[in-house]
Amino acid sequence: MTNLPGYRRPFFGTQPDYLYPPYRSTVKRAPTRPLVLIPQTLSEITGPVFGDDTVGANDFDLTGGHDGDPLGERIIVSGRVLDDGGKAVPHALIELWQANASGRYRHDVDNHDAPLDPNFTGCGRTLTDAQGHYRFVTIKPGAYPWRNHFNAWRPAHLHFSLFGQGFIQRLVTQMYFPGDPLLAYDPMYTSVPDEKARARLVSSFDWETTVPECALGYRFDIVLNGRAATPMER
Amino acid sequence: MSLLTTSSQTVGPFVSIGFAWLTTTDIAPPFVAGERITVEGRIVDGDGKPVSDAVVEIWQANAQGKYAHPDDTQDKPVAAAFRGFGRIPTDAQGGFRFTTIKPGSVPGSGATMQAPHLMVSIFMRGLLKRLISRIYFPDNSVNASDAVLALVPADRRATLIAKQSGADASALTWNVILQGADETVFFDC
Repeated sequence: MTNLPGYRRPFFGTQPDYLYPPYRSTVKRAPTRPLVLIPQTLSEITGPVFGDDTVGANDFDLTGGHDGDPLGERIIVSGRVLDDGGKAVPHALIELWQANASGRYRHDVDNHDAPLDPNFTGCGRTLTDAQGHYRFVTIKPGAYPWRNHFNAWRPAHLHFSLFGQGFIQRLVTQMYFPGDPLLAYDPMYTSVPDEKARARLVSSFDWETTVPECALGYRFDIVLNGRAATPMER
Repeated sequence: MSLLTTSSQTVGPFVSIGFAWLTTTDIAPPFVAGERITVEGRIVDGDGKPVSDAVVEIWQANAQGKYAHPDDTQDKPVAAAFRGFGRIPTDAQGGFRFTTIKPGSVPGSGATMQAPHLMVSIFMRGLLKRLISRIYFPDNSVNASDAVLALVPADRRATLIAKQSGADASALTWNVILQGADETVFFDC
């Protein structure tokens, strides 16, 4: 029981610090005292298990479920969830949420002067298959302004939430689109210290999954920290 | 082969769009055995202002100290209906509240047992990655020998221990103070 292997820590520079003043909201919300480093116990290496009945058969398709089709550029976002050793993470719950094609969220606190789309809610979910594959059908979200700094605009992005196989693998991230000129000015994107890690948040256009006469494909692989080969004791 | 771990990014202000479907404020269905408790609290920022756009997630063992997860191979029962997961958004006053059963002790390092605790993840706008904490229970003699609590500076341990809210021993309070002298202890693991 106590000899179960723990999980490796994320590689240096891949994760943002809590305090990143260019992203203003971090200043009053980031911890100011040092984190307490603790060993991984059964509490950290286990985590909630979600069965196939957790998600509906059409929950992967954000373009459905309404009277009509949503406005915007239809896209297919797919990829694999892997651990840092390249091993597939099967049966992992992924949640997705996003703005509509005009850059407006269906949310009370979004007061951006852009139209809501009656045919788009902007949330979906799926489980990875046995090989870690996932696939969403949605529309490309619009960029939108925010008040972080003068003339601040968030690049188009999808929010991803992943549970992995244990508490310690829990990850929330954002996927961006290739060639977006706003990325260089976005403090969320630039909060990631390592340039290569940052670039991995950008999906790639994927000819293979692009469907003729229907939808452009984008590929986004997600890497969670993997299981260490040694027991979790430190 | 070693791949770069995907970077964390904030959930942002519109997280409820993605998270609401799995909101779970009652972690243990009525027929799950155990001592019923209510935990409530508030999250406040560095200005003492309530954080109204946070989400608290709980992960816990059942009353026998077993997690509903294949890596927990203890020979103890776990009810099929018990997942052990909670997800609670904060309200306009930064408040959150959930009901559950008090978990049993779970194994720690070697032959030791840990004091009963709830695992906590906290997400919000302004957090580029989640905060990790634990909720321990008051007046528990095993807290004194808990290996994780022992790693926390003594003058900060109280931030991890829920307090009895009033006369009712099953009603507990655990607040999250993001910054300042009484800052809650957050973990790296």
